Amino acid sequence: MGDIRQVIAQRASQEVCDGMIVNLGIGIPSLIPDYIDQSIRVLFQSENGLLGFGPTPLNNPDGALCNAAGYPVSIVKGGSYFDSATSFGMIRSGRIDLAILGALQVNMNGDLANWIVPGKRVPGVGGAMELAYGAKNLIALMQHCQKDGRPKIVKKCTLPITALSCVTKIITEMAVFEVVDSNLNLVELMPGYSLEDVKNNTEADFNISSQLYN
Amino acid sequence: MDKFNKVVDYEFVKSLFFDKMTLLFGGFGGVGTPPSLIDCLIDSGVKNVHLIGNDAGFPWIGMGKFIVLGRAKSLVTSHIGSNPVAGELMNKGALAVEFSPQGILTERIRSGGVGLNGFLTEVGMGTILAKNKPVVKIENKEYLYEAPITGDIAIVHAKKADKFGNLIFDKTARNNNPLVAKAGKITIAEVDEIVDMGALDPEEIIVPGIFVHYMVPSGGINWKWVWET
Repeated sequence: MGDIRQVIAQRASQEVCDGMIVNLGIGIPSLIPDYIDQSIRVLFQSENGLLGFGPTPLNNPDGALCNAAGYPVSIVKGGSYFDSATSFGMIRSGRIDLAILGALQVNMNGDLANWIVPGKRVPGVGGAMELAYGAKNLIALMQHCQKDGRPKIVKKCTLPITALSCVTKIITEMAVFEVVDSNLNLVELMPGYSLEDVKNNTEADFNISSQLYN
Repeated sequence: MDKFNKVVDYEFVKSLFFDKMTLLFGGFGGVGTPPSLIDCLIDSGVKNVHLIGNDAGFPWIGMGKFIVLGRAKSLVTSHIGSNPVAGELMNKGALAVEFSPQGILTERIRSGGVGLNGFLTEVGMGTILAKNKPVVKIENKEYLYEAPITGDIAIVHAKKADKFGNLIFDKTARNNNPLVAKAGKITIAEVDEIVDMGALDPEEIIVPGIFVHYMVPSGGINWKWVWET
């Protein structure tokens, strides 16, 4: 289980490119920085008012220097602090190149559900709706199926959605999909999984990209 | 109130709190929530309080400490996941929770604090959070109307202030404090270090003291952060 999360995070880290401003959600996305090549210049944005956070300090963590999950971080050269209105101003106005968020369900045309399971899990929406609205690209990370085996990539989201048509890519332990013009394209199989595995565990219809066989 | 020396004691602050008040609070996961004012709120005995803030903190951190006592009637917030007790109270019907997207909540507070009448946004369109919100159509495009928020009292935590109430914050403990500070009919700042007027560099002031009514000296963070436990 822990392993699967690391596999997904490692694959997702390849989506972070030199020059990007990136926002990482809680859960699997928060594991990504460990896998990013040191030579890549990137600034991570955190909703609580920090652009340019770095790793957890080894000594003397500061209770007033935290990420959005409340854990201590550091600030990199060129980093800045600002209030929440400015923070979400960046997010809504399209200044974030890439948001990588955990997901509960994604459907065929890129609708995202990731904030509530009515009657069960009600953590609250946090900044997800605005990241989904404003980020130039949004990658959804999740395990391919629920614990009971039901698919999470569905024809239609049964959970309350976060935002419509916002996901541009889905990465699971089985496969990578791109959402193009409201269609799902399977672009990559993850190590150890076959096309049959993906077909058997995906409810949504999808096209198979020609690049899959390259 | 002495406009040029707004420092008061906690007994006075207690007398400002009242049952059924609307209380805005600064902080994000407890970072930037004023610790001594939370204790003062608890000691004051007030109940049926309407809370508005970013999140429900943790059961032992920030506004979470007050919420777990069951003396909040309602909470407008973006997140309660770090405080399971808030979730239990909500499910029992003991705490009415209204969720708002995080930055939209901040912007509603900002709007209230700066004399505006709300704003239009596409964020939340097509979701269950759009329910009961007015939809405005302009040039064939639909937007949600988000209403401004103000509070009877607003409480914030600042790192440094002068006696007029010009405020400076500490790194990510700033978060929504500058917006919350503007939206209280009475705004109370808990401050780590209070200096004389003239001792702050005007360029570094984040909230001008005109928005602040009272200040109390901070007793410092009195909880263990989640990463310390």
